[in-house]
Amino acid sequence: MARIFAYIAHKDGTADDMAAELLAAAKLIDAGSSPTAVVTGSGPQLDSVCKTLRDSYAEIWKVSKAELAYPNAELVRQALVAILPPGCIVLLPHSHFGVDLGPGLSIKLKAASVSDVIAIEGAEGNRLKVVRQEFGGQISTHVWFDISSGAVIQIRPGALKPTAMAPVGGKVVDKSSAVGVLKAGRRYLETVVAESGDVDISKEPVLISIGRGIQEQDNVHIAEELAEAMGAAVSCSRPVVDAKWLPRSRQVGSSGHTVKPKVYLACGISGSFQHLAGIQGNPFIVAINKNPKAPIFQVADVGIVDDILEFLPELTTKIRAMTK
Amino acid sequence: MEILVCVKRVPDTSENEIELNRAGNDIEREDLVYSVNEWDNYAMEEAIRIVEKNGGNVTVATVGGEDDEEVLRRALAMGANRSVLISDAAFAGSDGAGIARLLKAFVEKNHFDLILTGAQAEDGAAQVGGMLAALLDYPFAALVDSIELLDGAKLKVSREIEGGNKELNEIDLPCVLSIETGINEPRYVGMRSIQMVAAVEIPILGAAELGIDAASAGKAAAKVHRTDYFMPAASKGAEILNGGRAEVIDRMIELVRAKGGLK
Repeated sequence: MARIFAYIAHKDGTADDMAAELLAAAKLIDAGSSPTAVVTGSGPQLDSVCKTLRDSYAEIWKVSKAELAYPNAELVRQALVAILPPGCIVLLPHSHFGVDLGPGLSIKLKAASVSDVIAIEGAEGNRLKVVRQEFGGQISTHVWFDISSGAVIQIRPGALKPTAMAPVGGKVVDKSSAVGVLKAGRRYLETVVAESGDVDISKEPVLISIGRGIQEQDNVHIAEELAEAMGAAVSCSRPVVDAKWLPRSRQVGSSGHTVKPKVYLACGISGSFQHLAGIQGNPFIVAINKNPKAPIFQVADVGIVDDILEFLPELTTKIRAMTK
Repeated sequence: MEILVCVKRVPDTSENEIELNRAGNDIEREDLVYSVNEWDNYAMEEAIRIVEKNGGNVTVATVGGEDDEEVLRRALAMGANRSVLISDAAFAGSDGAGIARLLKAFVEKNHFDLILTGAQAEDGAAQVGGMLAALLDYPFAALVDSIELLDGAKLKVSREIEGGNKELNEIDLPCVLSIETGINEPRYVGMRSIQMVAAVEIPILGAAELGIDAASAGKAAAKVHRTDYFMPAASKGAEILNGGRAEVIDRMIELVRAKGGLK
């Protein structure tokens, strides 16, 4: 089996949580593998990342260069192409960064590319079999791919059970000198931090969250009235923000905010993994959706198959009558 | 500015429940309503807006069969100047890299300053744009949610990253960008405007026209193969509340109150 590398993202000197999940992925691909962590960056923060990774990875390759202080995927790709051996397997998170890096990297490595993998069934010779989802999680597929010339595999964050970190005292190998001057046609300028908006949904204990099922802006008041009756706040999934019916500060998901409520009412939300990634702290989830096959029903505690445009107003009326 | 937009015709999930077919090897495709991939529609709109403001042309391309012509015609109705259908029996079964190689062959026979794709399609792979850029050695940025022209040679683009934050980049032309939903509000395309372009001849480009070896795409060249479809295993799954609406509401209130969601 080819050598396995896991690219570990990091921030403020701390390795990303995916470090443990990518380690788990490597073991599922090849139980006997001892994957190598790869980190890129610069300065003392990179060293502190390497230090934590020594507790789980037997070997850590680091590339330290001033140009890599910010993880510009175009530059990271060049660095990886310079150091990775031919035919290797590269594991990445299927994140905003992984999507930016992985597909192009696979072309440069002449390797197979499979993204958003949620389960790994194992390898038979040069064929690796994995599970993916399509149609926003409504249906799953088995995919196999030829790893004889290597592979770039993007793993969905949160999909695999992380491997428990056992101190292995890994060694850090400095690969910086193998990487020449990095220069790309895309230059990082700055990060614009999201505005918090009028309501901080990340601190609300009860959220009435609406999705595409709300259908039009004129229906948003249905959720607002229920929220008022319950003393809750209104949040939403991405399509509601794309349509500009609610501001981005109300969006729950990997491109929006992470929330940790006690109770989460998912109203007309299908439940894409990007949305679910924003719901933390194991809240009690009630899903109301007219499509009984909506993926949200797989993660909800309680499901109601109904049209939110009719259900929510009746619910509001009932709660108002009770609390009067 | 010469812009290429790569689009795909997909089953419309807002119009269909996606179900397994009887053989379990595909989704049930009978009676499916198809439309342009949602992300591609935003990419189309963005291209048209750039050209409306700065001049130039929008070309729209898809890889597929004759059924896929309808999304090209819709794009023409929306405002694209030219469309091409990349189609050949030899292309069937292409994986993402195969599609990217076909698009590369088309790009090399033309001149484009900017190439846009949707960030992802119904299969959620989100890979063709990044692959195409790497094949062409053009700079790439994924998940772009705003584009600003700086001068004739570069753009300022914003990428979506975690937590609703934005990453601003400067990127040289020609480049490839994958476009997120919400970057604009796509215009409505009525039946009338589609009828107006009904007679436009859409060129079909096969392996010979693209000047590529048919063996570089299609199933034989694919490294990635989907073997079947299946319904996701219901994990613990929700307890579905059945009964009349009033009864369901009472039961739900009881449960939500027990969890501290209601006083």
